[in-house]
Amino acid sequence: MSNEHRHVLVFVEQREGILQRVSLELLGKARKLADYRNQEVIAVLLGDQVQSMVSELYHYGADQVILTDDPALKVYMTEPYTKVVSEVIQHYKPEICMFGATAIGRDLAPRVAARIQTGLTADCTSLEIDEDNQNLLMTRPAFGGNIMATIICPDHYPQMSTVRPGVMQLMEKDNSREGQLIEFKSDLSDMSEDFKILEIVKTIKEKKNIEDANILISAGRGIGSQENLKILEELADSLGGVVSASRAIVDQGWIDRNFQVGQTGKTVRPDLYIACGISGAIQHLAGMEESELIIAINKDPKAPIFDVADIGIVGDLKKVLPELTKQLNLEITTKAI
Amino acid sequence: MKIIVCIKQVPDTTEVRLDPKTGTLIREGVPSIINPDDKCGLEAAITLKEQFDAHVTVITMGPLQAEKALREALAMGADDAILLTDRAFAGADTWATSSTLASAIRNLEYDLIITGRQAIDGDTAQVGPQIAEHLNLQQVSYVEALEKEEDTLILKRMFEDGFHRIQVKMPCLITTLSEMNTPRYMSVAGIYEAFQKEIKHWTLEDLDVNRAFIGLKGSPTKVKKSFTKGVKTAGKLFEITTPNEGATIIIDKLKEKFII
Repeated sequence: MSNEHRHVLVFVEQREGILQRVSLELLGKARKLADYRNQEVIAVLLGDQVQSMVSELYHYGADQVILTDDPALKVYMTEPYTKVVSEVIQHYKPEICMFGATAIGRDLAPRVAARIQTGLTADCTSLEIDEDNQNLLMTRPAFGGNIMATIICPDHYPQMSTVRPGVMQLMEKDNSREGQLIEFKSDLSDMSEDFKILEIVKTIKEKKNIEDANILISAGRGIGSQENLKILEELADSLGGVVSASRAIVDQGWIDRNFQVGQTGKTVRPDLYIACGISGAIQHLAGMEESELIIAINKDPKAPIFDVADIGIVGDLKKVLPELTKQLNLEITTKAI
Repeated sequence: MKIIVCIKQVPDTTEVRLDPKTGTLIREGVPSIINPDDKCGLEAAITLKEQFDAHVTVITMGPLQAEKALREALAMGADDAILLTDRAFAGADTWATSSTLASAIRNLEYDLIITGRQAIDGDTAQVGPQIAEHLNLQQVSYVEALEKEEDTLILKRMFEDGFHRIQVKMPCLITTLSEMNTPRYMSVAGIYEAFQKEIKHWTLEDLDVNRAFIGLKGSPTKVKKSFTKGVKTAGKLFEITTPNEGATIIIDKLKEKFII
């Protein structure tokens, strides 16, 4: 198939006028792919009175911003967003399209892909170009995270994917970067009355259950006292994680049994497990050893937890953790957008 | 009221383990189950049946052994079951799967189509919205609660940072979350009845579908390769002298893994 499709398109997600970080991550990845292909990065922004966000998109890597500003796009709804995004893709014919793998992106992207009749790869954690044939290699976890699969979409364009938040790197922000704004008109006057939003409710993130948490900060006997759980909670807050514990801590009554990791507790498989003062009894290891990245802090260099840890720190958690939280908060503030 | 529930038989991925020596998937002994999100969708349909005398048809695409999932759905309280089974359907990606299911659904009457949000073996969450597109229906995904009000549904549609309460007119398609309910067990009478009922088998001949849109050949996406993440090797141990040193080691690792 001859390919008239060019450029890398990113769907920009905003909620209540706030740019979502995942979209800037996608721009960073799109920048790399586009530079490799000698193409441009096109950001597609939909919303109501959202023009103020446009320059930010240039600063993070967009060459062009296609803007559809319409009261009908104020809050995300499947049908009007699908209509505009499909029209933009059909008009600009990008080679690659990226959406965040969020509750919005994963509703919108499949509908768009079905409408424009192309493939879509969900929840990718890596996107690369195949040097041999320039296909986009879209890699994603499958089978409950047990395997990784690399997917291609060789004969249909654009090659579309949703991308997991938090895996692509932001481009270093360049406040001097400029781009071209294109206003894209779409007729949204005849949207169906069959779909109505009655109420929009924002919730503060509830304490997650530990099986769903991506990051766990886990307490063991070595924390010494119940008061020291606070040090772990502060670290959990700055990383967006949840505090869990070994059986010893639960048996002390310092934390609820729902937060216990191990054979008699829960089996967890987070992206990051920080074991704090946990010696690593076999029953505990059975509940967490399949975590993606394990960091252990313990005073005893012979603690069995170090056998399964990717990084082991022999030291006093009461000193290391507060220092870690402090440095993390500094990192996060400097990266904040 | 007529409801169609699309279900998928999946391997229970929580039971899947990797061979620690070879790093390959151990598939033996892994039970097949109804995908959890789908099962909660089915429970919601059966609840509607009890409240409003709805008729529930359950449909799946798969090999003959997927009949087991349909029998379980009948035993829970579904009225009819249809198995889409044909060699021509095999190897389908989400686009081809949704084309096939949509063409089967066109043969049926419906007010509401329910699919689970996503299957635990593929985790794509794409088939539901794509069926809705093929059938030109309103879709509401990530549904955690549902009420019927005349010819509309009032739905709690979840987002990462809250939810929308949405009123949508039927016919429509919704995708359901496992948090929605706890599916009932099969009753003894239900199990007995389930084995009296016929499971309809539909093949390619029963569907009005473009052959170019189904199965492996009709799938725009292809699996180029799959691989396991490899066997875990022992990590590094650091004897630190200052807390700052420990914190720096950890932060460098978190950056390397893109966690921060």
